[in-house]
Amino acid sequence: MIWIDVLVQGILLGGLYALFAAGLSLVFGIMRLVNLAHGDLIVFAAFAILLITGTLGLNPFLAALLAAPLMFAAGWTLQRFVLNRVLGKDILPPLLVTFGLSVALQNGMLEIFSADSQRLSVGRLESASIDLGVVTVGTLPLLTFASAVGVIFVLNRIFYTTALGRAFRAVSDDPTTASLMGLNPKSIFAIATGLAMVIVTLAALYLGMRSNFDPSIGPARLLYAFQAVIIGGLGSLWGTLAGGAIIGVAQTFGAQINPEWQILAGHIAFLVVLLIRPRGLFPRAVD
Amino acid sequence: MITRRKLLKSGAATSLALATPGLFAPAIAQGAKIRIGYVSPQSGPLAGFAESDAYNIEAFLATEAGQNFEVIVKDSQSDPNRAASVAKELIVDDEINLMIVASTPETTNPVATTCEAEGMPVISTKAPWQPWFIGQQGNPGDPASWTPFNYAFHYFWGLEDVIAVFLNMWNQVETNKQVGGLFPNDGDGNAWGDPNVGVGPGFAAQGYTLTDPGRYQNLNDDFTAQINAFKAANAEIVTGVVIPPDFTTFRNQALQQGFNPKIITVAKAILFPQSVEALGEAGHNLSSEVWWSNTHPFKSSLTGQSAAELAADYTTKSGRPWTQPIGFVHSLFEVASNVMGRVSDVTDADAVAAAIAATDLDTMVGKVAWNGEGVPDFAKTNVTKTPLVGGQWRRKEDGTFDLVIVDNQTAPAIPTGGTMEALA
Repeated sequence: MIWIDVLVQGILLGGLYALFAAGLSLVFGIMRLVNLAHGDLIVFAAFAILLITGTLGLNPFLAALLAAPLMFAAGWTLQRFVLNRVLGKDILPPLLVTFGLSVALQNGMLEIFSADSQRLSVGRLESASIDLGVVTVGTLPLLTFASAVGVIFVLNRIFYTTALGRAFRAVSDDPTTASLMGLNPKSIFAIATGLAMVIVTLAALYLGMRSNFDPSIGPARLLYAFQAVIIGGLGSLWGTLAGGAIIGVAQTFGAQINPEWQILAGHIAFLVVLLIRPRGLFPRAVD
Repeated sequence: MITRRKLLKSGAATSLALATPGLFAPAIAQGAKIRIGYVSPQSGPLAGFAESDAYNIEAFLATEAGQNFEVIVKDSQSDPNRAASVAKELIVDDEINLMIVASTPETTNPVATTCEAEGMPVISTKAPWQPWFIGQQGNPGDPASWTPFNYAFHYFWGLEDVIAVFLNMWNQVETNKQVGGLFPNDGDGNAWGDPNVGVGPGFAAQGYTLTDPGRYQNLNDDFTAQINAFKAANAEIVTGVVIPPDFTTFRNQALQQGFNPKIITVAKAILFPQSVEALGEAGHNLSSEVWWSNTHPFKSSLTGQSAAELAADYTTKSGRPWTQPIGFVHSLFEVASNVMGRVSDVTDADAVAAAIAATDLDTMVGKVAWNGEGVPDFAKTNVTKTPLVGGQWRRKEDGTFDLVIVDNQTAPAIPTGGTMEALA
């Protein structure tokens, strides 16, 4: 009984991690860019949603709808004017730039929004739950998981059935040849980062409703997101969801044995997957 | 346009230099101010504790006594390593005469340890004394090896006070005396959750049974294991020392998974009104220990302000609600200026340390005197205690919260504003 509950809660937790990881997976998969500021960008988006709910008095879901295009623009600008300049053979410069961005974002937000713990309030939905007989699951965690599945489904459709997706795959596989075919990899990259920021907004929405956020909590979320991406395999979006679920389940099972094991169990699961399948569970590209 | 050459030609350079002799004169000690170094977490996760620092320092320097002081503030960035290194900077580069430090063992301990090693007197507060005193010992597990400090002094309350306050509050409500504990893997969590010297044995003495599932990592995303353990133990009370984001996660998950305790009394998470407001309706009637409030019957020895006046003045000047740290940061400067007023040579570290030990001052947070009252023998030279009471957050119509003191058996001088109520 308790173990079924632990399994279900773990999978739902995995949904949250997958949502954190989806944007990262997208950017990583297309341009091999490790965005160390990803966690801080989630917090940034959460503050954007908070500002919109505060000034316009909107429900956080509607506010996120408004924040998404703004974040797309922010992501596009960031890629176009900053990250594109440092992308190249050497992976170190973009890594350093995003690290710097992370520090700047944290302290900038601390300056503007102060260290107060903030929250996206959705009233009764926060504590609502559905009784499934064997287990009781929270409505919000369920919505989070459904959104993660939705995001990954939509992203996959974009990747494999649209012209934009073909361009994504092309510049990911071979930017030089892709540009010979008339694609501009840099503008494709900018669109990809913009899209990643839309997912970041959704992740921010659920993070803000689930728990408090303040300018300093971004990096803590980054590690699990990275692990989900690596476990899933480079470039595989469904793999990212599976990776998130594996870490989530490992953590809840570890915690059930002893809370001290919670984080460690997640890391052990990560190492075991890497030992058995060094390139992740479902790697898409060979590189 | 004045070029460098023209300036030199006209001889203006010489006259400029002559006109401003002070600029090039050596720094002479004449009328030199007493230098106080202050380390606090101005940024990072602990920044809430230091929110009122700028206000407090400005107010201190504006007082008559404050004219004799210079306060050099360093940011620990909520990082213990950084706290130790800025403490060293203050001692070596800024040549301070006295160190003051506040806010959580993560800040006070590295600074106090550095000062003790460098022979710099330090006054510390805003951390329970056990993590402060025991946490700085070479071997925290062996009481026989604990040694007192020569230069480090601390005033705040201890775990025994928190246990007493929590029990007094819980005794006001009918429960089955089953308590669930949330203790993270950090300085506070380990001290509170210790099976021998933590809160558990204290609770047991009055018939309360503590269920402690184990240490979890801060910024945890899932509390299913804890909720299951508390449900299995049929806990009607939840306690712990939890950071705000984790408390929200726990509270929501508990509600989602149908776990509704009668009493939730936690430290840290609901210290600041902003954190409680973030909880919304779920914040009503949460209880916590109270170390300072605007109803405490104390007065400042520096400005003569009452607690209510200090809190009101802060709100007027900053536009923000009062928080508990304000009184304590204020009192740090009271103690510092009182101590320095009693030494003839402020550069004599041993004289300053002796003056700290001899302090007997009524401050904004109560009496501060290192007389060993209520403190075990091993810590009595370095630790003194200020009063602690229990309070509950009450939600008002407009969504803001009031902190109401509901139990004062530990410090009857502090008036109560109501009685303990069970959660809805």
